[in-house]
Amino acid sequence: MSNLWDDSLSGFWSAWIIVITLGSIAFATWILFANRKTDKRPDAEGNVETTGHAADGIEEYDNPLPRWWFQLYVGTVVFSLGYLLLYPGLGNFAGLLGWTQEGQWEREVARAEERFTPIFAQYQEIPIPELARDGEAMQVGERLYQNNCAVCHGTNAQGGYGFPDLTNDDWLYGGEPEQLLTSIAQGRSGLMPAWQQIGETNIENVTQYVLALSDLPHEEERAEQGASVYASVCAACHAPDGTGNQALGAPDLTNDIWLYQAPGQSVADSVRQTLRNGRNGHMPAQAAYIGEERVHLVAAYVYSLRFRD
Amino acid sequence: MKHEIVEKNVGLLAVLILVVISFGGLAEVVPLFFQKQTTEPVDGLRPLSALELEGRDIYRREGCVGCHSQMIRPFRAETERYGHYSVAGEFIYEHNFLWGSKRTGPDLARVGGRYSDDWHRAHMYNPRDVVPGSIMPAYPWLFERTLDGEDTPKKMRALRALGVPYTDEDIENATREVRGQQEITALVAYLQQLGTVLEGTR
Repeated sequence: MSNLWDDSLSGFWSAWIIVITLGSIAFATWILFANRKTDKRPDAEGNVETTGHAADGIEEYDNPLPRWWFQLYVGTVVFSLGYLLLYPGLGNFAGLLGWTQEGQWEREVARAEERFTPIFAQYQEIPIPELARDGEAMQVGERLYQNNCAVCHGTNAQGGYGFPDLTNDDWLYGGEPEQLLTSIAQGRSGLMPAWQQIGETNIENVTQYVLALSDLPHEEERAEQGASVYASVCAACHAPDGTGNQALGAPDLTNDIWLYQAPGQSVADSVRQTLRNGRNGHMPAQAAYIGEERVHLVAAYVYSLRFRD
Repeated sequence: MKHEIVEKNVGLLAVLILVVISFGGLAEVVPLFFQKQTTEPVDGLRPLSALELEGRDIYRREGCVGCHSQMIRPFRAETERYGHYSVAGEFIYEHNFLWGSKRTGPDLARVGGRYSDDWHRAHMYNPRDVVPGSIMPAYPWLFERTLDGEDTPKKMRALRALGVPYTDEDIENATREVRGQQEITALVAYLQQLGTVLEGTR
């Protein structure tokens, strides 16, 4: 990885840059002084020579450069030389201050770490159920949630089509502190396979059975036929009684909460679609983005949602 | 040299202007062609797959670069939000660069893996569905249009001529990999790899 930031140049290119840079400055300075000599001051009567340019009878006086302008120009030359002495600019010469943009960034980050790490470290000592009752910590937690989680789970944490609601007590992977920490830090990948191979009739029967599990209107006869298919195909993940399995992230099918019910779609259609095509839920791991300390705070914030009305 | 000579000969004036302004490029740009930092890929960098390459062209076609940059600068405010600052070695296979210069939306240099595929699809279909305050336009046609992959091998050959190490096999399979895919699939594939090579160096 070291060559990532290796910006050193070969001796030739270093010299090339130095020669062009200093040469340009010398050239610009020479132009200034060379042209100054040709300026003629007004004579005793105050007459000034013209440059000899004439356009439509209008001639141009050959006045000397204004003093302030001349001094400003000299000032820029002096500034540029001072700058090149202090900061990197001349090939491989690092400048007397030793400044680098990476170094500046590292100092900036180190200063922030110094300031914020103790705060987050202190919060990390506190168990999540307790931290979830700490008003000040939850303000920080909410900011972290809004910045990192709200794009999927919503600003009110109620989720949406395909994105779990965090405010109810229906947890795909569990709502206990350890489970929340794992979900947030490492992410989750849920996979429901497609079941087209069981055939449309069975898909319809199982759909009716799943509706029955949540006490929704369903066709009794088909649901009864679906029960045996459910037992052989679905029960392994969603449990024989349909209450799901948090170890696998298999949803509870008995509580009338439907993660994949699209706006305007009936529950039955949503279940059919799931059976035909499968589902693939993915929660990206957050630890690499926000760090373990902040994961702890966000977990506490999510935990705290259950105390709200 | 007299001013008059230069000022009355436009051709000469143009040549001299070119000579003068070329010094900047000669000192600032030319040495970069010979510098490790800008000519060697970072470890693990690979050329875009055929599908990702088509996604990149959709990204260009839809003008995403007008509102999204792909360049994280070395300031804490940026690295906190977007991840490790961008380095030159990540862009070795980029022709042209999509660094952008305007952030109406967030920087996307490291958006890869940050959100799920489903999220990107929902977001592109109608950004307001997932980000209520968003002013990003919706791109529903990406879900209707599919790719035929006819031009993909040509694009890859052109990139190979510019130094991107595509193998003959890559080019041969390109059309098959792309044909029939929804445009949104290609775009999401492109987005999901952005900036992932430097993962974990944050």
